[in-house]
Formats: sequence, structure tokens, C-alpha cells
Amino acid sequence: MLKYIIKRLFQGIFVVIGISILIFIISRVVPGDPARMALGPRAPQFAVDELRKEMNLDKPLPVQYYYWFKGVIKGDFGKSLNTKRPVITDVKEFLPATLELALLSGFLFIIFATIIGLLSAQYRDTWVDGLTRILSYVGIAIPSFVVAVLLLLIFGYLWPVIPTLGRLSSNITPPPTITGLITVDSLITGNFAAFFDALKHLILPAIALAIGPLFQEARILRSALIDNINKEYISVVTGYGLPKGVIMRKHLLKPSFIPVVSVMGLDFASLMGNAFLVESIFNWPGLSRYGINAMLNKDLNAISAVIIIYGVIFLIVNIIVDLIIAWLDPRIRLGGE
Amino acid sequence: MENTLLDIKNLKVWYRTYKGYAKVVDGINLFVNKGEKVGLVGESGCGKTTTMKTVLRVLDSKVATVPEGEILFKNRDILKMKYNELQQVRKQSISMISQEPTAALNPVFTVGSQIMDIIRYSEQYKDYSKSEMLSLAVKTIKDVLIPDPERILNSYPHQLSGGMKQRICIAMALVTPRELLIADEPGTALDVTVQDQIHKLLKALVEEKKMSLIMITHSLGVARELSDRIYVMYAGNIVEVAQTKELFKNPLHPYTLGLMECVPRLYGGGISEGIYGYIPDYINPPAGCRFYPRCPSAMEICEKEKPPTVSVSEDHKVACFKYH
Ligand SMILES: Nc1ncnc2c1ncn2[C@@H]1O[C@H](COP(=O)(O)OP(=O)(O)OP(=O)(O)O)[C@@H](O)[C@H]1O
Ligand code: SF4
Ligand SMILES: [Mg+2]
Repeated sequence: MLKYIIKRLFQGIFVVIGISILIFIISRVVPGDPARMALGPRAPQFAVDELRKEMNLDKPLPVQYYYWFKGVIKGDFGKSLNTKRPVITDVKEFLPATLELALLSGFLFIIFATIIGLLSAQYRDTWVDGLTRILSYVGIAIPSFVVAVLLLLIFGYLWPVIPTLGRLSSNITPPPTITGLITVDSLITGNFAAFFDALKHLILPAIALAIGPLFQEARILRSALIDNINKEYISVVTGYGLPKGVIMRKHLLKPSFIPVVSVMGLDFASLMGNAFLVESIFNWPGLSRYGINAMLNKDLNAISAVIIIYGVIFLIVNIIVDLIIAWLDPRIRLGGE
Repeated sequence: MENTLLDIKNLKVWYRTYKGYAKVVDGINLFVNKGEKVGLVGESGCGKTTTMKTVLRVLDSKVATVPEGEILFKNRDILKMKYNELQQVRKQSISMISQEPTAALNPVFTVGSQIMDIIRYSEQYKDYSKSEMLSLAVKTIKDVLIPDPERILNSYPHQLSGGMKQRICIAMALVTPRELLIADEPGTALDVTVQDQIHKLLKALVEEKKMSLIMITHSLGVARELSDRIYVMYAGNIVEVAQTKELFKNPLHPYTLGLMECVPRLYGGGISEGIYGYIPDYINPPAGCRFYPRCPSAMEICEKEKPPTVSVSEDHKVACFKYH
């Protein structure tokens, strides 16, 4: 098992290096001199040349990459053209908001996909199954930013019961930054007013992001459950008189969950991508919205940072998914067959 | 009868298919007395597993239906039981060893966890402590002659050999006391020596625990070794039944005679040179005797009418016009 984890980590490191080389090349290929861009068009040439030396831009490309990557590892992505601050400062400010949103969204789709999948398998071919089938066609077909706009329309204009913009209402004192996740920080400091207010702000964008993956996974779980329900091992435990619920939740759910977990991992990754639009719609001060602004402003350092950070997050999610699958399926964990 | 444990009466089981109903089990009668070992013999596809899975009601009810018949267990009809009553029968009275040991074990749980679940939800041992359950599991594994039970309990099915998995399946069926054991061709998938060991083990355990046994097999030879009485089944009909000795001394039905002539082939079509042909189509079965298309002694009447079951002597019955 340990060997397996180490192997996955090594693979992950190589993928990160690959991504970083790609980004480095792209950022050097685009026209424009980074030193000139950093200093502005009116700076004197000698200052630019000096900075070029300082930034190692006068060295050959592989050497430049070496210095650049060394900086990246230490969290030094350079300055943002846009905010005029070090990119890492921006990242520290905006990443927690995106993580908080993504985590809640992931939590929502894991829980509800499981419940809906179980219900529609247990009551297959009844109205329960039919209803979830229709809902899932709708949920899968509508992109998350459309759901976001619809939610904004409903709860922002028609029936304004939930706040629709930002992370926290202006009349609430924010908790001190510990993790950067407002809900967690307010819970740690016992500030329940802030907790509920933050949760209210989170819920709509989280739902917008969760709805597509949720129904897709519920359908996959349903068909995996129905495939396995006719397996001999289920007929065997039924014959031994195990309670229906135990068979459903234990003997049937665990093997059926294996295909769903891989999809959940992929969905979590594409959820970070979808967050680009959803964050903009809900004015959510997250890293995805920051990335969009960086792109619109050709802010190369910021773009590189966002891409590398998302790459690392994908990798971590992938490793977690692999670990969960290995835990669920002993044939993978222990080899053989 | 006081002594009768299981009494299947005129049982029919049909499968829904897209071409219509496959009328597989066609009105069979079969009983098992207390402490009796009964063999159920027939070639592949004749409906042995279907019949016995109906007894525990584990067939997918969306596919299989029972249009007619009774399955009396201690005079109560299993087919009419409410869920709770049925669960009692499953938990403490009847257990069934699956035909496919590899498919019968859940790949994602350890052998130990699967055995423990049977103990935990059994009627007799549900109040046991965890360690008592564990030692019961260990003891049962030892009973089926597996050395190093602790290691096996912590293994996953894919880490075990076919013979090992077969023994685990037997252990699962015997871990809580039962009155009737249905063994569906245990050992078919194994080589002949292991198969023989498994049969001997099964016989010894059943006799020791004074259980009744229904031994399903392709082979009259295996049935002769393990059973007091033998039912011969062909295409969803019981065609002949007799005490084992009597059947071998005086086989009557043409199908039984065919089975006697040679060892049946396990899979695929005909039964070697003994009987030419295949099991009939269950969606449009022959109108008369289901064996008619293959029968060497077929007569005109056999094509149109079903042969009734007649007693030729006490305990010896046959369904064939030759003995009408
Ligand atoms: N779910 C199903 N739908 C339709 N037909 C089925 C289904 N299950 C079994 N059958 C058919 O029922 C017949 C009897 O099957 P069954 O498994 O009971 O035979 P068997 O006597 O146990 O054979 P074997 O010795 O190969 O185990 C076969 O022809 C099979 O094709
Ligand atoms: S009834 Fe006729 S066809 Fe059927 S087994 Fe007897 S002789 Fe053969
Ligand atoms: Mg069978």
C-alpha cells in the first residue's frame, strides 16, 4: 500500500514538472519582454537591462527555467501586472474562497449523488426512479453557469431570501483568518453569526456547481447498483437472511461505488474549471475569478500561478481518488486478477 | 407427513424473456425427509438451480415468476410467507451452497467479514460478543479442513484458490445450525481429486450435524455416493425418482438409462453418445413429453400428451408412457 502511494506521488511530481515546463515555454514564447512589462513603457533602457540580468533573462532558456522553477517551488511567481502585488499574496487571499466553494460543492454532490443513486436503484422503475431520471437529464444538460444565472434570478430578484453576492454580508464582522475558509474560521472562533451568514453566501454558488456532477454520478451509481444486484454474491447473502438495508448499504454499495469514485474525481476537477464562470456571476472573490481577470489583462505571472496551482490540486484530487479506489477494491490494493 | 421437512408440490417457474415466457420448471414434485440425503440429477440447463433458488426466493422477482405450486417447509408455504417469516427460514432453517464459489463471494470484503455477517444476522448467534463470533468463524473454517484459519479469514476472495473458495462457501452454509442444506454442484469447477475431497467432507459434515441434504449434480455417480434417494430431472420435469439402490438396480426412464450409459458431459449439448440432442427450447417446449425429440423409445402418443407420473413400486416413480 505504501509502495503504491509513493509510486503515485512520484508520478504526480513528474506531471507537475511537465505542466511547469509547458507553462514556462508558453510564457516565454508570447511576444513581449517580461522586464519591460514589469517596469512599464517609460522606464529607461538601462533599468530594463539591469532587471533582465536580475531576472536571469539574459541566460539561455534551460537556465532561465531552472531559476523560474526554483522560485515557483518557494511560492515566488513574480509580480502581478494587474494588482501590482506579488502573485503569491493574491493567491493566499483568493485561493481559500475557491477551495471553500469547491469543498462544499464536492460535499454536496457526494452526499446527494449517493442518496439519489441508492433511492433510484431501490425503487427502480417506479416514479422515484422516473423523477430522478428526468431531473438528471435536465441537470446534466444545463451547464453550471446557466444554473448560476437562474439561481441568481430567482434568489436575487424574484424571491430575495438568500444573499447572492460575495462571501459575507457587510454588517457581519468577519472572523480572523486562520484557514481562510470563513465557515471554518468562524466555527473555530465560535462566531456563529458569521458562520451562518457565510454558509448562506456559499450555498447558491455551491449548488450551481454541484448540480451537474450530482445527477451524473447518481445515474452511474444507480446503474452500477442495478448491475450488481443480480450478482451471485447478492443472491447468496439474501439467501442467508441478511436484512435488506444491510445488503443494500454494505454488500451492494461498496462494490458499486468503485466506478462512481473515479467520476467524482473527474467532476471535482471540472468543477474547479466551471468555477471560473460561476465565481464571476456570484461575484465570489476566488482564485478562478482572479484567473479570468488575469487572462483578460494578459497578466502572465498570475496566469502561470493559477494554472500551476490548479494542476497541483488536480493531482492531489487524483491521488486521493486512487487511494479511495484502492481502499474500496482489494484487487487493486493487493494486486492479482 | 410428520417426517417431511420440505415438500415441493407441482412447482412451476417461468422466466420472462423478450420472446415470451421461458417455462423452465414445469410442475415438479419433490420432498425431503428429516435427516435424508436426496440427489437431484440432470444435465446442464434442466432447471436444478432455478428450482432450488425458488425455495429460498432469491430469484429476481422482476424476471422469474411462479405461476403455480407450493413449497411447504414444515407445512408452511414458503411462497406465501410474509417477509419476516421468510427471513426466519433463511436465517435458521435452510442454507444453500452456490454453484459458483467465485461469484458467490463478494470481491470487496474479506472472507471473515462475510462469514461474520452471516453469524451477526443469524437467529442463534445474534447476541454473541464479537470475540465469540470470531471464534465461531474460526471453528467453522477449521471444520472444512482449512489450515491457518486466521489468515484465511483476513484474505480477500481473489487471494484464494477455487478449492479454498468452495470450502469457504461450505463453511458459510454450516456456520449456523440448519435443518436443510442445498448443495448446488459443489466442486464442479474443481479438478476431480479436490471435487472428491469436497464431496466426502460435505457428506461427513451433514451426517455429523444430522441435517437433510439436497445434492444437486450432473452425475448419477456423485448422487449414488452422496444420497439415499435420487430425483432425475429433465427439462423442468422430474422424470424418475427412486431409492438410490433401486434406481441403479432397476432404472426405467429412457433418460435415466441414457445417463447410466455414460458419464454426462458437463457443458454444451448432448450427453455424450448416450442421448443424442439438446435440452428443448423453454419458450416453445414440446407439447407432449419434453424428452420426445431425443427419446430412443418414443411412441406416437408421446408427441401430443404429457406422460403422467406412475408408481411402479413403493417409492419408485416414473413419468413415461412406456410404463403406463
Ligand atoms: N434470468 C433468466 N432468464 C431467462 N432464462 C433463464 C434465466 N436464468 C436461467 N434461465 C434458463 O433456465 C434454464 C435452467 O437454468 P438453471 O440454471 O436452473 O439450470 P441448471 O439445471 O442449474 O443447469 P446447470 O447444471 O448448468 O447449473 C436454462 O435454460 C437457462 O438458460
Ligand atoms: S414418454 Fe415417450 S418420449 Fe417420453 S421418455 Fe417415455 S417413451 Fe420417451
Ligand atoms: Mg445450476
